[in-house]
Amino acid sequence: MSQRQITLKILRYNPQEAGSEPRLQSYSLETAEAMTLFIALNEIREHQDPTLQFDFVCRAGICGSCAMMVNGRPRLACRTLVAELPDTVVLAPLPFFELIGDLSVNTGKWMRGMSERLHTWLHTMEESPDICRIEERMEPEDAEAVYEMDRCIECGCCVAACGTARMRQDFVGAVGFGKIARFRLDPRDIRTDADYYELIGDDTGVFGCMSLLACHDVCPKSLPLQNQIAFLRRKMAQVSIRRE
Amino acid sequence: MSDSIFIIQSGLAEGRRKSRLPGLLDIMQSASGLVLALFMWGHMFFVASILLPQGETIMWIVTRFFEGYFFFGRSIHWLVSCVAAFVALVFVTHALLAVRKFPAGYRQFRAIRSHTRAMRHEDSTLWIWQVYTGFLLFFLASAHLYQMMIWPQNIGPYASSDRVWSDGLWPFYLAMLLAVELHAGIGLYRLAVKWDLLPASRVFLKRLKWALTAFFLILGLATLGAYMKIGYEHRYQVGERYTPETLPDWLLRLAPAEDFQELRRMRTIPAEEAR
Repeated sequence: MSQRQITLKILRYNPQEAGSEPRLQSYSLETAEAMTLFIALNEIREHQDPTLQFDFVCRAGICGSCAMMVNGRPRLACRTLVAELPDTVVLAPLPFFELIGDLSVNTGKWMRGMSERLHTWLHTMEESPDICRIEERMEPEDAEAVYEMDRCIECGCCVAACGTARMRQDFVGAVGFGKIARFRLDPRDIRTDADYYELIGDDTGVFGCMSLLACHDVCPKSLPLQNQIAFLRRKMAQVSIRRE
Repeated sequence: MSDSIFIIQSGLAEGRRKSRLPGLLDIMQSASGLVLALFMWGHMFFVASILLPQGETIMWIVTRFFEGYFFFGRSIHWLVSCVAAFVALVFVTHALLAVRKFPAGYRQFRAIRSHTRAMRHEDSTLWIWQVYTGFLLFFLASAHLYQMMIWPQNIGPYASSDRVWSDGLWPFYLAMLLAVELHAGIGLYRLAVKWDLLPASRVFLKRLKWALTAFFLILGLATLGAYMKIGYEHRYQVGERYTPETLPDWLLRLAPAEDFQELRRMRTIPAEEAR
């Protein structure tokens, strides 16, 4: 791939700074082979503009910190090759989440709230489990199924891509459904579908999902969100029919 | 006044247990949409009977069939009114349930519109079109259903064509055709991916959806064109009803034609004589 000049138009805005107004600022950059968007942003920060704010930790698509809107679609900067992008790229922070500044958003705050709201932790018979004891054995296929959903890195791409969430701030979002699906698969969790209905059985939950499926299409970990949300919808619908 | 109204007013209706109603409403929204979409496809085939060879006679038969003519020996128009009323009931139910998902206010509308424009994600964009076409259908389908309920006798090869051409309703039907076919096609695709009950991939479902939409749009446009043509040719005899000169022998055998004066008059030459 030959080198080329690209323009990154980055949405600049600092809500902490009085007088700051959202605007797009252009940066010109020469690409290099295998350059990711994350590397490009670091180049800009090091050589052009040290005030540019964006998040990263792992640089390998594991931490989910560098999610941002790339030409209108949420993506991980560290997993996006500049070679795949057109000559002009618009970068914006993930919508929906609290903006820290420029491309940096506080997904953690929202994720914690979601976790507390949906009780996304293991519910067992034991009041206070003995954490020194070896865990009970689980069937390999159960463990595989749980692990599949546990691959979620909570990057926020699914929520940023969700049309329903853009209209309704109290919507659970695909990441929340993924968590519920994960605990429902876990044989150690004692909760029934009626219990899960209490968490997601309304229009802010699974019945509010309009199946636009952008969550499924943008998930950087390729989680089977469509199938999981449909599965939960069917189960929760059964609860409402049976009046459990 | 029941005591529960004061509990609801206090915002404590949910109590400790979530209502099971949202689940039932979600099922009803999907089920009513499915019924309407399947009805629309069936309806399209019936009205498209005008395109067949001897289409005017075939369409006359289809119309009379639904009026109970071949069972009771005369047209019972209120049967059509009853079907239209039932469809209207399902339609209102669906509209009531679906409108909950519409953007509420300008803030939500701006959010979803900018989102779909910037994202360029097909399924999200299709949803916006579902909203636009659904909104149009509030008016178009309501007017059409009301017309069918009130004047069920005005359905037939000439009566429908006069309505389309001489009553100037072809732009109305053109708009409704586009809105219905887009809305029903997208809606059925959405149902399939929402409940994930079909053993088919999303890519296949999407292709099937576009193929069906294209098929029904072409069929619908051809059908509307046929009614416009008949209506144009019949423009100086508006009000006249179509009466077939002959009917296929199999139909006369099916119906006890001896009992029906009009049918007996239209009896074809018996098959033996024709040979």
